[in-house]
Amino acid sequence: MNRYVKRALVDIKLNKFLNLITIITIALSILVVSTFMLFFQNISNMVETWNHGGRVMVYLDSSFSAEMVPELNEKLKNISNTKQVFFISKDVALSNLKKDINSDSVFFETLSENPLPDAFDVRMSGVSSFDEVALFARTIKKIPLVSEVEYGQSWLDKFLGIYSLFKVVGYAISSLFFLVALFITANTVRLAFFSRQEEINIMHLVGATDRFIKTPFYLEGIFQGAIGGITGLIILLISYLSLSSGVNDAVSSYMFVDIQFLSIKYILLLILGSTFLGWFGCYISLKQLLR
Amino acid sequence: MESSGSIIRLFNVSKRYGAKYALKDVSLEIQKGEFIFLNGPTGAGKSTLLKMLYLAETVSEGQIIVNGMNLARISRPKLALLRRRFGMIFQDYKLISNRTVFDNIALVLEAAGQKPGYIRKKVMHVLRITNMEKKVHSYPPMLSGGEQQRVAVARAMAGNPSIILADEPTGSLDAEAAQATMDFIMKYHEKGATIIIASHDIQLISRTVKARSVLLKDGVLQNTATML
Repeated sequence: MNRYVKRALVDIKLNKFLNLITIITIALSILVVSTFMLFFQNISNMVETWNHGGRVMVYLDSSFSAEMVPELNEKLKNISNTKQVFFISKDVALSNLKKDINSDSVFFETLSENPLPDAFDVRMSGVSSFDEVALFARTIKKIPLVSEVEYGQSWLDKFLGIYSLFKVVGYAISSLFFLVALFITANTVRLAFFSRQEEINIMHLVGATDRFIKTPFYLEGIFQGAIGGITGLIILLISYLSLSSGVNDAVSSYMFVDIQFLSIKYILLLILGSTFLGWFGCYISLKQLLR
Repeated sequence: MESSGSIIRLFNVSKRYGAKYALKDVSLEIQKGEFIFLNGPTGAGKSTLLKMLYLAETVSEGQIIVNGMNLARISRPKLALLRRRFGMIFQDYKLISNRTVFDNIALVLEAAGQKPGYIRKKVMHVLRITNMEKKVHSYPPMLSGGEQQRVAVARAMAGNPSIILADEPTGSLDAEAAQATMDFIMKYHEKGATIIIASHDIQLISRTVKARSVLLKDGVLQNTATML
């Protein structure tokens, strides 16, 4: 195998320009695909974080009185998955609202009575899916005096819809780039093959087998794929490092999550994918050229 | 026709390009260790016959048997094995220009799956025989025609083939270089190899002792004669 590796490296050195084009093409494709993966990974993390730290607001009807807090508190605590229960009286809620908006606002002065309901803020633990949150909310809804349960379902439904749409677009663009990279790789192999046609003919004449001739091409494809993949990921990493601090400050204050770089699993998957791309480009060309 | 000493046999071999025959109904038997001169004017079919022996061309009619192998039935992997039994020398040398002299010769041995240590030893040995040892790291375009042909001869010998096929090996060389090339081929022949040279150079043929001349004209075998 050493002699094949050596020959592949010599061939790469002799055909620098063609190899560079292939590596750049693969790097760009991997950059596009990995950017989408980075985006989806972080969106998934956000959704997961939201689900894991599931928070349900339980609004009570007007017949509720302060003496009933311990009893309701107990009922809510007894539901499985309940982690913590906080009572928020309507007076506290109004005071919080005033703080959030503007305490001097004329709007609050014109209020004849507090329009906000008493509520419980229920935090969940060990939640693994959105459906579990929905089931939890439905259980609470059955408790007498509970008028409404809010867990961001409408917002999340919309968000997941947009997320799914982005996912489809991401798959389509990634597939397109994969095909373009495959096409260019296959064609650069073809060009390299034609530029070495005489050499290959001589090899055949002196008794070289097809395997002997093909193996360095495959190794070149594998090297190109791996180097292209790593280059694309390095570009993504540099972009991530230069942009992430600003984005993280903005996003974490709203979403309570940090933007993370691709996991090792995805990095390995992308390098493996780009290596396969290089190999497959070679395979397609050589299958036609060395029949 | 069967002979235990024959290494190559042609039975009524023809090669046709469309309606035109490049070779017509050629039957020939070549013994192990023979020195054969295929001669005749340009277009006589000498190169075509050689090409059919190493399967660069296929036979239109008839059969060729090399070392007991029927070339018509040879598979692609076996084709490589067949070609390793031949050492080939061409008028245009067919050296890879972007590889050194060493790499050009080593290619034959690498293709045969030889170990690096053996390859190094063998390449240096054939370069010593052809007096090209000092040019081991040179690239073919840096060499004269005569030197390139010596490298080609060294490459042909590297795999210890039992048959050497040479197509106009002295065609592009001056008299001195041509003689040197022939001397190396003769030396290899003395070790028992079968040599088949296609050439229209009558002088070259006459200088070579104990060769059998096979005359072709317009693709037809005219006669064979042993030259003393």
